[in-house]
Amino acid sequence: MKLSRDAMAARVARDIPEGAYVNLGIGLPTLVANHLPPGREIFLHSENGVLGMGPAPPPGEEDADLINAGRQPVTLLPGGCYFHHADSFAMMRGGHLDICVLGAFQVSATGDLANWHTGAPGAIPAVGGAMDLAIGAKRVLVMMEHHTKTGESKIVPRCSYPLTGIGCVHRIYTDLAVIDVNQDGLQVVDMVLGLSFERLQQLTAAPLLAPRGA
Amino acid sequence: MIDKTVPTADAAVAGIADGATVMIGGFGGAGQPDELIDALIARGATDLVIVNNNAGNGETGLAALLKAGRVRKVICSFPRQPDSQVFNALYRAGQIELELVPQGSLAERIRAGGAGIGAFFTPTGYGTLLAEGKETRLIQGRPHVLEYPIRADFALIKAYRGDRWGNLVYRKSARNFGPLMAMAARTTVAQVHEVVAPGDLDPEAVVTPGIFVHRVLRIAETRLAGSAKEGALPGDGHHHET
Repeated sequence: MKLSRDAMAARVARDIPEGAYVNLGIGLPTLVANHLPPGREIFLHSENGVLGMGPAPPPGEEDADLINAGRQPVTLLPGGCYFHHADSFAMMRGGHLDICVLGAFQVSATGDLANWHTGAPGAIPAVGGAMDLAIGAKRVLVMMEHHTKTGESKIVPRCSYPLTGIGCVHRIYTDLAVIDVNQDGLQVVDMVLGLSFERLQQLTAAPLLAPRGA
Repeated sequence: MIDKTVPTADAAVAGIADGATVMIGGFGGAGQPDELIDALIARGATDLVIVNNNAGNGETGLAALLKAGRVRKVICSFPRQPDSQVFNALYRAGQIELELVPQGSLAERIRAGGAGIGAFFTPTGYGTLLAEGKETRLIQGRPHVLEYPIRADFALIKAYRGDRWGNLVYRKSARNFGPLMAMAARTTVAQVHEVVAPGDLDPEAVVTPGIFVHRVLRIAETRLAGSAKEGALPGDGHHHET
């Protein structure tokens, strides 16, 4: 019943239109690139100064000077370009990116995002570009499993982990559902086949609004 | 004749004293000036404050500088990596200070340092742990955090080509923090793959104007996987002469 990681990535990719300037966060969101239809021109941005980022190079053609935010080797599409970090983050913070897709530990009922630090003793905090993307992209999409490995809901009334941004998430894609963060609450957009709204609500720690027309 | 090129890595890092603030370019390995860092380790300066996006990978470069116990504090955005064991151990032992900065604020603070800006308000980080204790202001209905510039005694960066006036072009995503750090340090040292004659860099494509650069060190053997397949590179004036 649950969507695989690739099926989640394909679901996110469906919602990315031609011409969009998009940043895919490291980890799960990186998979979205594999599911963008080849005919659709989409500009992928990498925070380390790449616009028009292409797929991984064939083995043996990796270039240590051309990597993505996760330090994996990538390529540049014809028409792509390079720039320094202040310009790259101007694109992010300045509202020029249409979409960013981020992973998360937790998303709250009001769209607060926690995705950079567990706050656990001994944990090494690392933030990277997450806070800039969270407040800067026109649409912030979160892609995550609905539950933690120990079965707790990652959609919560209030985040217990340190925040990345306040009220910044627009839409959540999980392995169970797609949920919009609206003014009036968490609006379910669609659910995996065979899952009822009542069951989804039981599995989610924050209150949900039933899909429209359901 | 003005010649900013220096003959050796030792000469390139001369003057870096104990307690200095040193910016080091790079994002992961791309743009990291490994040879200059090695020279800094050999120089022996200690109690350093290092500004970098990360806090060292593996056991070489910045990680080796940390491991040698030369660094008092790291200002960075992303220290935690699968291979950041050197930093992790120092941090958990309380032997190194960390100032964690959102990456865009780090870049802009460095830019501001070089550009003579007193401070700036940014929406990034508002309401988070990383804005604790910082001044905030509501600007056009949106909360912002006040961030101050970062300046350094030295910047160690890696570019691709340079000339004796210090003009620089970079290579692909190795550009990252280089142009910003070059502006923000009292002494900027660039290691380059190739030194060309003044005029050979296309003036339309120079990324860092020489006014920001004080020393240029040629390290020809630096890692450049795949570069042989490239055609004309930005700023390669040889391809524009005919």
